[in-house]
Amino acid sequence: MPRELIKGNEAVVKAAILAGCQAYFGYPITPASEIAEAAAKYFPLVGRTFIQAESEIASIQMVYGAAGGGVRVMTASSGPGISLKQEGISYCAGAELPCVIADIMRGGPGLGNIAPEQSDYHQVVKGGGHGNYRCIVLAPNSAQEMCDLTIKAFDLADQYRTPVYVVTDGYIGQMMEQVNFPTAVQHPKRHDWGVHGDDATRKNLINSIYLDPDELEEHNRKLQKKYAEIERKEVLVDEYRTRDAELLVIGYGIISRILRTTVDLAREQGIKVGLLRPVTLWPFPAKRIQKLCERVQAIQVVELSNGQMVEDVRLAVEGRKPVKFYGRMGGSVPSAQELLGVIRKL
Amino acid sequence: MTDKLDRGRLEISVDECKGCGLCIVACPVQVIEFSKTVINKQGYHPAQYKGSGCTGCGTCFYACPEPGAVTVYRLAKQAQ
Amino acid sequence: MYEKYLEKSASFYPEYPRKSGNQSVTHYCPGCGHGIAHKYIAEALDDLKLTERTVLISPVGCSVFAYYYFDVGNLQAAHGRAPAVATGIKRINPHSIVISYQGDGDLAAIGGDEIIHAANRGERLTVFFVNNAIYGMTGGQMAPTTLVGQQTTTSPRGRNIHNEGYPIRMCELISALEAPVYVERVSLHSPGARAKARKAIRKALENQVQGKGFSFVEILAQCPTGWKVSAPDSLKWIEEKMLPYYPVQVFRDKSAEAEGWAPPDVAYSDADVLQLIELPLEDEAAPAARPKVPEQYRNPRIKIAGFGGQGVLLLGVAMAQLGMMEGYNVSWLPSYGPEMRGGTAHCHVNISDTPIGSPLVSASTVCVAFNKPSLEKFEKEMARGGLLIYNTSMIDIQPTRKDVEWLPIPASEIASQMGNIRFANMVVLGAFIQKTGLINMETAIKGLPAFIKAKKLIAENVKALENGAAFVRGELKI
Repeated sequence: MPRELIKGNEAVVKAAILAGCQAYFGYPITPASEIAEAAAKYFPLVGRTFIQAESEIASIQMVYGAAGGGVRVMTASSGPGISLKQEGISYCAGAELPCVIADIMRGGPGLGNIAPEQSDYHQVVKGGGHGNYRCIVLAPNSAQEMCDLTIKAFDLADQYRTPVYVVTDGYIGQMMEQVNFPTAVQHPKRHDWGVHGDDATRKNLINSIYLDPDELEEHNRKLQKKYAEIERKEVLVDEYRTRDAELLVIGYGIISRILRTTVDLAREQGIKVGLLRPVTLWPFPAKRIQKLCERVQAIQVVELSNGQMVEDVRLAVEGRKPVKFYGRMGGSVPSAQELLGVIRKL
Repeated sequence: MTDKLDRGRLEISVDECKGCGLCIVACPVQVIEFSKTVINKQGYHPAQYKGSGCTGCGTCFYACPEPGAVTVYRLAKQAQ
Repeated sequence: MYEKYLEKSASFYPEYPRKSGNQSVTHYCPGCGHGIAHKYIAEALDDLKLTERTVLISPVGCSVFAYYYFDVGNLQAAHGRAPAVATGIKRINPHSIVISYQGDGDLAAIGGDEIIHAANRGERLTVFFVNNAIYGMTGGQMAPTTLVGQQTTTSPRGRNIHNEGYPIRMCELISALEAPVYVERVSLHSPGARAKARKAIRKALENQVQGKGFSFVEILAQCPTGWKVSAPDSLKWIEEKMLPYYPVQVFRDKSAEAEGWAPPDVAYSDADVLQLIELPLEDEAAPAARPKVPEQYRNPRIKIAGFGGQGVLLLGVAMAQLGMMEGYNVSWLPSYGPEMRGGTAHCHVNISDTPIGSPLVSASTVCVAFNKPSLEKFEKEMARGGLLIYNTSMIDIQPTRKDVEWLPIPASEIASQMGNIRFANMVVLGAFIQKTGLINMETAIKGLPAFIKAKKLIAENVKALENGAAFVRGELKI
């Protein structure tokens, strides 16, 4: 198995190629630029398409076009760029086009800064653009998962004909770790619904406009049915030392890595704490959190934001147990010791 | 039949015509007019061929915005 | 006796099942120029036998429902984005004929960026731009091409150059770019003008068939409803009001000399792909037995800091790479962004027997300081009993922490004596290896090419490693 010390951002690109992604359309932005740079390096080498688009808006619309052509396709960006892409993501969701969007989150609002934050949660998990839609959101916390979950993102996107995000923070994107890449190169089957520019698919239409209210409602109901199925089947969650936990900490991305160290530190001090990490931010592991609620006394959520995911935790907990929030913003990342102090106050 | 046959013939679909009149102003030999009596499904007085004089030039076809409203015929070679 | 000469094109659906209401006529108003442009495109697709492989991008605007009519592959696009959507599908299906059909608001206002850049890239597309100087679909608002003085619902006193500026001439803008192959403005106002329009539309499609780059045809078209005139009068409106401002002419025609392009027919085997993206299949040999590591150096949490350009980040990568080769769990996390480009840089490295939780190093057990500010800043946060390696060539003070082990090394001077001060980081790596025993020197030498990309520098870097190690053993004096 090919093994490489590699940045999470670059692992995304190699994984995408292995997953059979045919085209990358993007616009550079720190801290996601290594994805565009690696795509520029590797995609053309293996006969695939790379274009640095004129804008974030154009890049997601190129994705729309290529996805409509029935191939695997991706783009990547960070907060301000994702804001711009929301138009196209809504169109992809509406026209049921599979695509993968990597979001390497940075500080906001506005231009903010390039340091790691997790403040895109709302804009990626809650739909983000206009209309009644959801995107699947995968949240890797290591370079290995940047690879594995990128491949999974393409599979899910095709399976459900929906946009899938791979969302992480600047740290996970920039960090180098060992990645064991799969050796299989996927050759995805051609989509029958795609417009391939041939006679067989000439009658196909990629579209999100339904002028008649009844038709649009029916289309929306179909989408909601699909989302309900995703919520039933695709929740992914990772737990660490939750078996006997009396306290539960919840975090994703870089925070889940720090919390893992914090859990060890707390356990050394006799505090029975466990870590739950949502791997899918949508669908959110609400059921699992409810289950753990039966045993734990309190829940501590930690995010690099003003408290965005904590809203979903509170919706899941429904007031059964106290849910506390600790957040850092602006690119300051708490140390494991700092979070130990937070847990001790629980 | 002593008259020479017209070089062209014209069919205007009553129900596809929107009565804009572009074919009427385009026709170089002025053989198209609005019907004064017919009101079509869309509520327009459609254009109609006066019945003779068409040269089969096709100018009306290329002036008409409706894909299927106008069909132009030409006299077959052997008939000429 | 009579034979059909001109009839509905086969590239149109016979009926329009996607449309609600009357499915035998278009949704366009009486006299609308869109229907005429549609007919000319359909006729050209018939004649050039392109129907089967054509993909039409419908825009937002009156022609949003172009897909009701054309019996070709269809994508409906967001407002203004048709050239980007067309780019996406043309690039992955280069054999197809992709048409971006757009109105004036779509192409010249909200989609101004997309059209300019698709043109500038020389995308092998055909763009038909229907300019009727008004927003028809939304009820007669001002377009970027609305004429000076023209009244619309959003320029009720007439377009005023002091408030709205001048109408945009797109052909002139597009033809200022290098890449476009063919740019022409045509009009629908008279039989002669329409004949030229048909010819231009055909040519713009033929260019794409031959792989000849970006072709753009602007069609001055009537909007009797929006202009509030009769259909026959709308033709006069084009002639009298539009033609003086929008000259009908060929702006660019390199069709004859432009080189044709066909997509390369290259197949890549899976093995090719793995090799080209630098994922070699062969398994690395199992790591040699690790030397026994003294307790205090096990599972180091390492902080490395210095000026940008001192090889701080590379030293971290090297430690992580070699650690990985020895079978440890490793992580490397840089300070990134503008910090990397000049100024100071630091990175966090973990080398561990167990899975790594936080990759951030806050209480470092190994601290490497290349310059004075780094020593002052990071010495403080070291864990008790840690190892402090500092570059005495650039640090003229002593550490203050008495509870950590000091390893002073004149790394820059050792490197400088070798002829290149940039080897200081490898000198430090050699010292680190010798001191901690975490990594075999053979592994380090074998692993160098993974992070030293310039082959001709490998031997000297090996020497730097050895010098660093020799210094720690007391065999090298400066």
